[in-house]
Amino acid sequence: MSTAPIWWVVARRDLTLSQRRRSDGLLPLGFFLAAAGLFPLGVGPEPQTLRDIGAGVVWVCALLASTLSVTQMFALDHQDGSLEQMVMAPGSLVALVLGKTLAHWLISGLPLVLLSPLMALFFGMTGASTLVLGLGLLVGTPTLSLLGGLGAALTLGLRSGAALLLVIVLPLTVPTLIFGASAVSAAQAGQSVQAHFSLLAALLLLSLAGLPWASAAALRLALD
Amino acid sequence: MRWTTFAATPRFYALTGYLIPGFWAVAALLGLAGLGLGLGLAPSDFQQGNVYRIIFIHVPAAWMSMVIYVAMAFWATVGWAAKVRVASMLARALAPTGTLFTVITLWTGSLWGKPTWGTWWVWDAKLTSYFVLLLLYIGYLALTSTIEERRRSDGAGAIVALVGVVNIPIIYFAAVWWNSLHQGPSVPLNAAPKIATSMLTAMLLMTFSFWSYAFAVVFTRTRALVLEEESHTEWVQSLRARRPSMNRH
Amino acid sequence: MAWQSFEQFLSMQGHGLFVWGAYVPTLVALAVEAWATRLRWKKALNAEAEELLP
Repeated sequence: MSTAPIWWVVARRDLTLSQRRRSDGLLPLGFFLAAAGLFPLGVGPEPQTLRDIGAGVVWVCALLASTLSVTQMFALDHQDGSLEQMVMAPGSLVALVLGKTLAHWLISGLPLVLLSPLMALFFGMTGASTLVLGLGLLVGTPTLSLLGGLGAALTLGLRSGAALLLVIVLPLTVPTLIFGASAVSAAQAGQSVQAHFSLLAALLLLSLAGLPWASAAALRLALD
Repeated sequence: MRWTTFAATPRFYALTGYLIPGFWAVAALLGLAGLGLGLGLAPSDFQQGNVYRIIFIHVPAAWMSMVIYVAMAFWATVGWAAKVRVASMLARALAPTGTLFTVITLWTGSLWGKPTWGTWWVWDAKLTSYFVLLLLYIGYLALTSTIEERRRSDGAGAIVALVGVVNIPIIYFAAVWWNSLHQGPSVPLNAAPKIATSMLTAMLLMTFSFWSYAFAVVFTRTRALVLEEESHTEWVQSLRARRPSMNRH
Repeated sequence: MAWQSFEQFLSMQGHGLFVWGAYVPTLVALAVEAWATRLRWKKALNAEAEELLP
C-alpha cells in the first residue's frame, strides 16, 4: 500500500468519493449537454449555421463545464480539514495536485470527450469533423483541468471564489479553445489539422510541465 | 550604496520622493515635443492621410502596456521569492497603469482601424491575444484585491502574473506568425524602421514620455501603498509629524 | 508646419472625430489617473494612523 505513488492514491480517493456523490460528477455532463443543446434552439435549425458554429459552441461549453466543476477540486477537502492533513503529510504537494487533476479530468473531462459525438450530431457535423472534435477535446480537456486546478488553488477559500476563478482561468484557456475549434473548421474545409494538434499537444505538455508546481505553490500559500 | 538598500520601505519612499518631480517634468517635456512633432510638424501619410497620427499614442501605449506587464510579473516574483515587500507593492502599483494603457491601446486602435481598414475590431491573432492581455490584467487586479492576507495576495499575484507572461511574446510575434489585418511591427528589431524619420521621432518621444509618466504615477501609487500599509510604524508617524502644519486638515 | 490653417488642423482632413476622439480621452484619462493617484498619496500622508486600520 505504501509503495503506491501519491498521485494514484489521491486520484483513486477522489474518484471513490465522487462515486458516492454521483450527482456531483454528473453535473458538468448535464451542463455540457443542456448548454450546447440550447444553441440550436436559440439560433434556429438552419443546418449550415449550426455546422458553422458547432465546433466553437461545443468547445466553449466543454470549457465552461470543466471550469465550473473545478471549484470542487480542493474545496471539499479544504472544508473538512483533510486538505491540510494531506499537505502536512510527507510527500509531494505536486503529486497531490496531479492526482486531483487526473481525477477531475476523468470525472469532468473524459466524459465530455465521450459525449462529443452526440454533440457533433446536434450540429450536423460530418464524420471527419466529429473525429477531429473528439480528438481535440481528448488532448485539450486535460489542459483545461490543469488550468482549472491552478485557478482552484489560487482562489481556495475565497468568497466569490468561483467568479474569480473564471476571470483568472478563462483567458488562459483561450489558446486551447482557439486551436481546438479551428481544427474542426479546418477539417470541415478539408485542410490539414496537423498544426492544430501539434499546438494542442504543445499546450498540454507546457501545462503539465509548469502548472502542477504553480498550483502546489498556490496551495501552500493558501494553507500556511 | 547597494541597490538592495532601497528594499527598505523608508529608503524607497525617500528616494522616489526625490525622483518623482523629475519624472513628471520629463514626461511633460517629451510629451509636448512628441505631440508637437506628431500633430503639427510630421507630414500627412501618403496612404492614410492624417488619421495615421493616432499611432503617436496607440503604439507607445501598446508598448507600455506590455512592458508594464512584464515589470509587474518581475517585481511580483522578486517580492514573493525574496520576500521583499516593497517589490510586491510596486507590482500592485503597476497593474492599474498597465490596465489603463491597455484600454487606451484598444480604444485608439479601434478609432484608427475604422477609417483606415474599415473595421472597429477584428479577431485576428494579434488583437485576440491583446484582448487576452486586458483579461490577464483584470484577473491580476481581481485576485490581488480579493485576497486580504498580504502574504498570500503577493504570492498569488506573482503566480498569476508569471503564468500570463507567455502572452507577451505571443502578442508581439502574432502579426508575424499569422498573416493578418494588423500590420507587422513598424519598428522591427533587426531592420531599418519602415516609417519616415519625423514620424519615428515623434513616436519615440511619446514612448519615453509615457515611460516617464508611468514611473511618476506608479511610484506615487507605491508611495501611497507604503503609507497605507505601514501606517502604524514609527517612521511613518514621524514623517507625518514632520509635515508643515498647513498641510494638515 | 504640416497645416495651412487651424481649421485644417482641427478637421484632420475629415478624420477629426477619429483623431481627436483618440487623443482627448487618452490625455484626459492619463490626467485623471495622475491626479487621483496623487490625491490618494496625499490622503495617505495626511491621515492619522487610526483612519487606515488594515
